[in-house]
Amino acid sequence: MRPILMKGHERPLTFLKYNREGDLLVSCAKDHNPTVWFADYGERLGTYRGHNGAVWCCDVSSNADQSVKLWNVQTGAQLYTFSFNSPARSVDFSVGDKLAVITTDPFMGVTSAINVKSIADDPSHQSGESVLTITGPTGRINRAVWGPLNKTIISAGEDSVIRIWDSETGKLLKESNQEVGHKKQITSLTKSADGSHFLTGSLDKSAKLWDTRTLTLIKTYATERPVNAVAMSPLLDHVVLGGGQDASSVTTTDHRAGKFEAKFYNKVLQEEIGGVKGHFGPINALAFNPDGKSFSSGGEDGYVRLHHFDSDYFSIKI
Amino acid sequence: MGEISLTELEARAAASGIDLSLIDIDSIKLPPGDDFGVISDDEDIYQEEQMDFDYGLGNTIVVDNLPVVPKEKFDKLEGVINKIYSQIGVIKEDGLWMPVDPGTQKTLGYCFIEYNTPQEAELAKEKTNGYKLDRAHVFAVNMIEDFNRFMKVPDEWAPPEIRPYVPGENLQHWLTDEKARDQFVIRAGSDTEVFWNDARHMKPDPVYKRAYWTESFVQWSPLGTYLATVHRQGAAVWGGSSAFNRLMRYAHPQVKLIDFSPGEKYLVTYSSHEPSNPRDANRVVINIFDVRTGKVMRDFKGSADEFSIGGAGGVAGVSWPVFRWGGGKDDKYFAKIGKNMISVYETESFSLVDKKSLKAENVLDFIWSPTDPIFALYVPELGGGNQPARVSLIQIPGKEELRQKNLFSVSDCKMYWQSNGDYLAVKVDRYTKTKKSTYTGFELFRIKERDIPIEVLELDNKNDKIIAFAWEPKGHRFAVVHGDSPRPDVSFYSMRSAHNTGRVSKLTTLKGKQANALFWSPSGHYLIIAGLKGFNGQLEFYNVDELETMATAEHFMATDIEWDPTGRYVATSVTSVHHDMENGFNIWSFNGKLLYRTLKDHFFQFLWRPRPPSFLSPEKEEEIAKNLKKYSKKYEAEDQDVSLQLSEQDREKRRMLKDEWEKWVNQWKLLHEEEKLQRQALRDGEASDEEEEYEAKEVEVEELLDVSEEILSFEYGQE
Repeated sequence: MRPILMKGHERPLTFLKYNREGDLLVSCAKDHNPTVWFADYGERLGTYRGHNGAVWCCDVSSNADQSVKLWNVQTGAQLYTFSFNSPARSVDFSVGDKLAVITTDPFMGVTSAINVKSIADDPSHQSGESVLTITGPTGRINRAVWGPLNKTIISAGEDSVIRIWDSETGKLLKESNQEVGHKKQITSLTKSADGSHFLTGSLDKSAKLWDTRTLTLIKTYATERPVNAVAMSPLLDHVVLGGGQDASSVTTTDHRAGKFEAKFYNKVLQEEIGGVKGHFGPINALAFNPDGKSFSSGGEDGYVRLHHFDSDYFSIKI
Repeated sequence: MGEISLTELEARAAASGIDLSLIDIDSIKLPPGDDFGVISDDEDIYQEEQMDFDYGLGNTIVVDNLPVVPKEKFDKLEGVINKIYSQIGVIKEDGLWMPVDPGTQKTLGYCFIEYNTPQEAELAKEKTNGYKLDRAHVFAVNMIEDFNRFMKVPDEWAPPEIRPYVPGENLQHWLTDEKARDQFVIRAGSDTEVFWNDARHMKPDPVYKRAYWTESFVQWSPLGTYLATVHRQGAAVWGGSSAFNRLMRYAHPQVKLIDFSPGEKYLVTYSSHEPSNPRDANRVVINIFDVRTGKVMRDFKGSADEFSIGGAGGVAGVSWPVFRWGGGKDDKYFAKIGKNMISVYETESFSLVDKKSLKAENVLDFIWSPTDPIFALYVPELGGGNQPARVSLIQIPGKEELRQKNLFSVSDCKMYWQSNGDYLAVKVDRYTKTKKSTYTGFELFRIKERDIPIEVLELDNKNDKIIAFAWEPKGHRFAVVHGDSPRPDVSFYSMRSAHNTGRVSKLTTLKGKQANALFWSPSGHYLIIAGLKGFNGQLEFYNVDELETMATAEHFMATDIEWDPTGRYVATSVTSVHHDMENGFNIWSFNGKLLYRTLKDHFFQFLWRPRPPSFLSPEKEEEIAKNLKKYSKKYEAEDQDVSLQLSEQDREKRRMLKDEWEKWVNQWKLLHEEEKLQRQALRDGEASDEEEEYEAKEVEVEELLDVSEEILSFEYGQE
């Protein structure tokens, strides 16, 4: 498995996203320009220029310049800008693309918030009003995603608690159990292809698998390093965890000390299958191609590494 | 009820018809603790006193046997006392009080001195009790708190109560483990845990766990009977058959270090206290306890200088253990190095052997033989090379010099005893002629042979630096890491060669190894050549009998290596002292097969529980080694059973996990199906769910087949 190195960002990667067909890959980084790539051979298709701050998340399209911009994927034209009083952290479109959930950071006395925006069919009718604003959790909310049928919103962040909110009323429905839940900041959250379960990664050196509807803890995957990014294979029962020693505490000792590997685990047995090395900094973003035959990782080192699996990957047995 | 004055009382008594004069007031007994509102004058005073006692009179001493002087000489005497006692510590303002007889105006022959701290008072008591002011006046100094205690001593002697005999616990219980497993203790975070090393099941088997068991570290006694913990108030030992119960406590405030005698009869504890005067050295307190009774057998107190090794003003710190135990497991002697002398004590009386220390000008180091009451000492070169450096072997109790060797142009010496006390190796660093660099050689003493012959060994390349040296335990071989740091060589030597038993011979040299430490198996034969810390935890498992590498491995960033007491397993660990990532430990078989890994954050200590020496005679051991096949048959069968059971359990577990997962997946599918229409509605009627059905689920059956193959391969592995 020879990775394709995609050097298009000058700053650490923050997020990776494939489109539904799996032919395009969008990468976000702390430089200001999300980039879109051909997911097959890694050629750069274009960049989305317009942000003037680190871009933290995208759903085919958010970010530290206190705005969320809506783009036309095909043309790169900027459709609309949602402005906020504090840096936006994550964004997720609902089923049907009618709504988007956007989280914003605590900033200059403004607390963190989860904002629901409605997305108009015709960009010219787009309004910046929030349909719903939820506040409550302390600290940054690193990720908020839609639950089944857009009825709920699942959020996770710095306070290490996963919460499920009612997307109509903004009422808190469920909180993850403190005992079994994460002990440190949750850095990433990814839903399964059918939305039935989701995986969270945390700086407590573990990743956990939860049921979306009941918030029951199903599995825990333990690693040796803080987890910055998680991904689930849509094809096989595999999960991938990425992370590594905190970039600020990376020492001058052996590079292996950092453990900047993408680690594959068997989703069911919770056992480690293998690892993919290569980055020379922590892995900040991971994404699976929707066809499950390739995945890409984005690191603090500014590279996106696109991996097409070898044929023996599909016959791994434990 | 308020206070009642006497007149009121009389009036009231008269009113109630009681003749006060008829009542014996003393005979009235009030219920204890109730004064009926009457406050006694006496009590008032008493309370005040009591308060004073509560508030540390601990820093006040009473000096007795002072001269009784008239008023004219009072100031002079006070001046003298002040001079003596202010040398020791800071006396509080008006802290010196010499009471005077109001009648005669003469002093009463005693005085009180209040210091700033109890430590100073304690020190003053120790230093001046018995101080001779002149022939007639020998000071008797006591703490005022002790007076209180002395007053309470009953006049009549009461026979001590004889407690019925309670049979103690079996402290050797862990040795009777059916599977002959070994125990180890680990400390991670605030938890201290004891485990069995269950190598067959490839995992540690918990025995006992306790949070905040110790305040700094834990330590096994040398024969494994006790686990010692260290607390602010002192040390404690734990042990027993079922759980770890506290067996004894040893009070020693602020104890820092502990050390057991090799036969674990005695425990030495050490503490160091900041001096009140920053110019002074730290004050050191060392207690020697009897482990079983908890009694203090002897205490040593003094300034840190007296206990620091290195003779004339050498190293500032105390090198632990201060007292080194000699004479093997009998715990007969212990000794400490001092300035120009070695003080040897015997445990019969806890006093100096022959009542005096052994004179040895400028002695720098000494080491006891592990088995015999013999120690080797090293005296460096003196007078610019006029007086050669010297290594001597001294026998106790006679203090005879068994053997001596003079060495010239020596820069440093290091002594290594072989574990049976058969050999002593002295690594000698000598200056070259120009005095600009040094080279190294070895002096090898054969202790058990007549006249103790000495042999000189130089490495093939004598300019090589010696990085590590280690004797084979119970054997006659040793290994040396030498050469230049990135890729030094490792050489093996034997004190016996095939045809000539009296000569050392080289066995082999391994070139260019990433190594800086050597770890022999406690039973000899096998050795780990390790590259710790800077070398990232390279491990080479080496068989010295066959002179071949059994395995090479790596425990990334490993900081510590310890063989279990039987030499069957090795633990390598990464402790958070040196490295705060991948903390935890690995257990390996003696031939370098990784058995299991355990990761623990904030991992501090890994210690195997030592075993007492075997009761088998060397002949019997040899016989067993020879007929090992016969003996091991039974165990091999057991091992196989266990591994079969294990794979069975494993499969069972996997099946369970898979079934459980299957259940989830089915439930999700169902819900997904149910919500399909609603989802379509959300998508404006587009059925773009791309709901792929899973047909290829049959693959799962193949999985099982595969597992049965695994058993086969496992059996191959057994052969």
